[in-house]
Amino acid sequence: MSDKSKIMIGVENVNKWYDDFHVLKNINLTVREGERIVIAGPSGSGKSTLIRCINRLEAHQQGRIIVDGVELTDDLKRIDAVRREVGMVFQQFNLFPHMSVLDNCTLAPIWVRKMPKDEAEALAMKYLERVKIPEQATKFPGQLSGGQQQRVAIARARCMQPKIMQFDEPTSALDPEMIKEVLDVMVELALDGMTMVCVTHEMGFARQVANRVVFMDQGEIVEEAEPETFFSSPKNERTKAFLAQIL
Amino acid sequence: MTAVKWAHKNLFSGVWNTILTLAAIYLIAVAVPAIFDWMIFSAVWTGDSRAACLVPDAGACWPFVTANLKQFIYGRYPDAELWRVNLTFALGLAGLVPILIPSMPAKRWNLIYLVVAYPLIAIVLLAGDRPGLVGVETSLWGGLLVTLVVAITGIVVSLPLGVLLALGRRSEMPVIRMLSIGFIEFWRAVPLITVLFMASVMLPLFLPEGVSFDNLLRCLIGVALFSSAYMAEVVRGGLQAIPRGQYEAARAVGMSYWQTMGQIILPQALRHVIPGIVNTFIGLFKDTTLVLIVGIFDLLGQVRAQLSDPTWIVPQGATTGYVFAALVFWLFCFGMSRYSVFMERRLDTGHGKN
Ligand SMILES: Nc1ncnc2c1ncn2[C@@H]1O[C@H](COP(=O)(O)OP(=O)(O)OP(=O)(O)O)[C@@H](O)[C@H]1O
Ligand SMILES: [Mg+2]
Repeated sequence: MSDKSKIMIGVENVNKWYDDFHVLKNINLTVREGERIVIAGPSGSGKSTLIRCINRLEAHQQGRIIVDGVELTDDLKRIDAVRREVGMVFQQFNLFPHMSVLDNCTLAPIWVRKMPKDEAEALAMKYLERVKIPEQATKFPGQLSGGQQQRVAIARARCMQPKIMQFDEPTSALDPEMIKEVLDVMVELALDGMTMVCVTHEMGFARQVANRVVFMDQGEIVEEAEPETFFSSPKNERTKAFLAQIL
Repeated sequence: MTAVKWAHKNLFSGVWNTILTLAAIYLIAVAVPAIFDWMIFSAVWTGDSRAACLVPDAGACWPFVTANLKQFIYGRYPDAELWRVNLTFALGLAGLVPILIPSMPAKRWNLIYLVVAYPLIAIVLLAGDRPGLVGVETSLWGGLLVTLVVAITGIVVSLPLGVLLALGRRSEMPVIRMLSIGFIEFWRAVPLITVLFMASVMLPLFLPEGVSFDNLLRCLIGVALFSSAYMAEVVRGGLQAIPRGQYEAARAVGMSYWQTMGQIILPQALRHVIPGIVNTFIGLFKDTTLVLIVGIFDLLGQVRAQLSDPTWIVPQGATTGYVFAALVFWLFCFGMSRYSVFMERRLDTGHGKN
């Protein structure tokens, strides 16, 4: 990735506390347009907290976070502007159970982007086709398998046509046989050139698509490297210990 | 025979079960025929005065009810103006029936009619006081009319206000949260009778001289605020059952607070608490009888009032009147209960297996 491409996410010296607990310590991270970042690290290291700060589901207390040129502050207008551009996929899917798959996908375009209904539905069908489940459009989330639900969640996020997609352990809640179908969809998204930030322990995925792997431990970014270097010659002891555990 | 098998399995499966079954059969055998006998077979059905009911061993005195039916429904509303009440009832039904049938279209307009237009029409029609309509003071209203006015006002006000209070109680803004908690806890901690007394007796003492407002209206406000507090707690229970991920998913796509609540959270939360909401409606419907304590004659109050009518003083008059009132209340409450069961089933199937 050339250093000239536009910076999509800039995290500068960010600190965050939960009461006395220092959950993010001096985090610095730059994500350029089209880059794909994988964040890994042990449980409780602050991975989710970091990406949730990037779309302000959590507020940071020190430092600056700038997304697509907009600095995140308490200003609700800015927060909404950032959220429109950052798609989020959660570990627990978080589909809306009282709505059909199609309505899940059209809701935000209609209410947030003020898109006409038929246009939103056409868009939703397009992205449902991309995740290979257009035939499930009229079903309810409760009638789908976990893998199908997560693919709907990806389609739902894409319907907002965001510039950035974030994933928080999208395959951790899935049965092993469904992990691949979701990863395939994510790889395809990467091939489309989407800027992606993925918290995941799927190291095969990291090798295949990531430009950089970021390793976090105890609220710090311990190591940041291209996948090749990261897996073959990690520098930090904590990284080595972590890799030894999961590989 | 399957019936025998069923009975054996369910009614006589053990000594204890058999004893209970026999006891229940005995109780039913004693009570049910006696009640039916009193209400139907030994009851007096026709007559124009007490004489008809003064028969030895007579059951219910139904002519007392039929002769007073007008009072029971309308109170002392002037005869010449009764069409206005009937029209109000009819317009209400015309709005209510289609909204209760899920397959009927235009729910949004229907709701706007019921919640905004209809109350205004009803006020004008019932109270008059407009060119072309004779004013009818609320002190002349009575019977089922008052019961329905109080109950429906309570229902129509308490649901939206209760939702707002429940949201307020969970708000991140301390002032709004504290005001909501204060409101809810105040109204929940005061008995409805006290509320009604305060509204009808004490409130006028605090109003400036010359300012007066209608006794019934004051009670309506009291009942509405009181039931809103209850409704708020029911709704809050539903809100608490919604996982945090639902809020986050909605916020993450940039939906505003009100969009999130209106589209995602409330539709799910209210669905969870339909039984509690209907329970509150039913409680409210029955509590309307308490207005008789401040001199307003609802159905029960009107029945009691007619008991002292000299044409109809008979020994079984009170029982007949109260049974009649109970039947009317039961019909309305049972209707609400059945409808809520129907809705729950319907929503369940729409929801998928989940
Ligand atoms: N709302 C909260 N209040 C207090 N502490 C919290 C809160 N949310 C998270 N934490 C703590 O912050 C730390 C980091 O949490 P985070 O969810 O970011 O970890 P993670 O790296 O995503 O872990 P996992 O792999 O288990 O998802 C954890 O120790 C967690 O207990
Ligand atoms: Mg996490």
